[in-house]
Amino acid sequence: MDLTSDDVQDILNLLDGLPFGEMHLQTARFSLSLRRTADGEWTQEMQIRSAPASPPAAPADATAEAARPAQAVAPDQEAASDQEAAARQGAAQGSPERDGMRAVRAPLPGTFYRAPMPGAPPFVDTGSHVEPDTVVAIIETMKLMNSVCAGARGTVAEILLADAQPAQQDAALMWIREDP
Amino acid sequence: MILRRILIANRGEIAVRILRSCRALGIETVLAVSDADSDSVPARLADTTIRIGGPARGGAPAASYLDVEAVVRAALAAGADAVHPGYGFLSESARLAGACDAAGLVFIGPTAEQLDAVGDKLAARDRAVAAGLPVVPGGAVGGSAVGPSAVGSRAEAAELAGQVGWPVLVKAVGGGGGRGLRVVDEPARLDAAIERATAEAGAAFGDRRVYLERLVTPGRHVEVQLLGDGERVIHLGDRDCSVQRRYQKLVEEAPAPQLDQGLRTEIRRAAVAFGRHLEYRGLGTVEFLVEPGRGAFYFLEMNARIQVEHPVTEAICGLDLVAEQIAVAEGGPLRLTQDDVRLAGHAIECRINAEDAGAGFRPSPGTVTRAVFPAGPGIRVDTHVQAGSAVPPGYDSLLGKLIVSGRDRAEALARLRRALGRCEIDGVETTIALHARLVADPEFARGGVDTGYLARFLERGEGAAAHAGAADVTEASSIAGRSGG
Repeated sequence: MDLTSDDVQDILNLLDGLPFGEMHLQTARFSLSLRRTADGEWTQEMQIRSAPASPPAAPADATAEAARPAQAVAPDQEAASDQEAAARQGAAQGSPERDGMRAVRAPLPGTFYRAPMPGAPPFVDTGSHVEPDTVVAIIETMKLMNSVCAGARGTVAEILLADAQPAQQDAALMWIREDP
Repeated sequence: MILRRILIANRGEIAVRILRSCRALGIETVLAVSDADSDSVPARLADTTIRIGGPARGGAPAASYLDVEAVVRAALAAGADAVHPGYGFLSESARLAGACDAAGLVFIGPTAEQLDAVGDKLAARDRAVAAGLPVVPGGAVGGSAVGPSAVGSRAEAAELAGQVGWPVLVKAVGGGGGRGLRVVDEPARLDAAIERATAEAGAAFGDRRVYLERLVTPGRHVEVQLLGDGERVIHLGDRDCSVQRRYQKLVEEAPAPQLDQGLRTEIRRAAVAFGRHLEYRGLGTVEFLVEPGRGAFYFLEMNARIQVEHPVTEAICGLDLVAEQIAVAEGGPLRLTQDDVRLAGHAIECRINAEDAGAGFRPSPGTVTRAVFPAGPGIRVDTHVQAGSAVPPGYDSLLGKLIVSGRDRAEALARLRRALGRCEIDGVETTIALHARLVADPEFARGGVDTGYLARFLERGEGAAAHAGAADVTEASSIAGRSGG
């Protein structure tokens, strides 16, 4: 990263002629640890220490946001809505079996989608009847679409997240009122 | 024009890679970062960063790295004179190339016209035919397309499928990276497959057109690295990327092993002919499907950008491809002729992904707690992770690439086996252990495997566990942004 493979190789060439098994190098910008394994080969561990640098006055950022008010979310506002969503998900998580209700949870952290593709009708709505293997949502994680099944027979009582919202792992996505 | 400050409109290991070349060239760097990436390794390495928005966590990248206006605005605000798009995201966006031109910025890539010509799969196919390249027998469906590949109606599609032979592939014109692909085994299923593919393609790519090709199997994926300045086009050798899972490459090597020399020469010549036909400018890769049994090869597509697997080419030709890309973008002529290109040795790259190969390649976002890589002769690691790095769920799973080279394939392979044993990433699941098993496999060691190899490898032995749970994960199809290759 900050040092190239060639730089590291040059250092190793020096070390190979020396009796040392480890070398630690630390500067303000990075640290590098080189370790010799039992069979005489080397491992490297690099840590970039410098902090990300923003442009001096950061006027660009402000301009960008002013130009697109819809996208410009104040940090505290964003945090608040995050907290709200987390609280709702957390509440659902805390009471997994509520009066014959069952939570459908995110199998992975990712983005919650209610429909198979943009513009398509949602998999389910409040009031939809579902079987355990009914696909009720998609969680997109690292560009993979993971189908989420209802896991119970019943009726969709509440959908807790809006379309295209981030969901944490195991977060409750919706409530199913199980058939008796 | 000499480039002094470049905006890098990408993230991950390719951002680190571009930063490194810029630093070596004395070019200032401005890294565009989404909120999820504001503390990433490339953000720490860049001279400056500029926020291009996007959801804080977990969200789709559409609001940031896929936003043409945001990228151009960021470049102008940062006083950059050029934009490097990396791979994936907007790297093949004719709209970004055009917007850069209009804003007086240099787009480090081909022209908007060239991006259009190869971005549309069907147009690319027609251009390949015009350049004299062999294409997989097939053609378009539905009458919306024009050119020699076009086919008028559904009935004609069935006739075409009959002519090219079953099974056939139904492919989306706007697709890529294996998305929008459908295998049809028999005539009875063709209509339904075309209907679904058309609807999916429309929703996913905004382009309903699909076309048919004979499914070539077994086949190998061989590609040729091109470099052009708009007038002259040269090749920098070939690569083999046949080790794929669901059309996602996992291991790449250069040169393609166990390939007949006559066939290799023909393939390279065909790639250069295609580049010349386009008067191609920049780095590009022409992909071919090779049927070694028949000694035949077919044009698949062209990727008009730097590729994930470019380091194996760098290892055997000794060039810095990003530096060459920048030199061409500055408007200069190629700095070398075909005769100057000296290919020597062999290189193999393993993609280290945050995926649990033991659970159907389930994605494994999280936080890296430890990242130890091998070091030594012939070893290169391109990565963007270190202890403490976030691996957000909103982006692809590539953590880094281990590239190992040697004087020949045997030496490279021996080094790679030992090097993988010294790779340790904690905090997220990775494909490292899978790679270790793969490179120990005698079939892989022989070289020249086909694109069905990895699936077969996973089916047998250790692969049994690796395949469990695969049903959970459906092919990325509709919503995600286009991935790199």
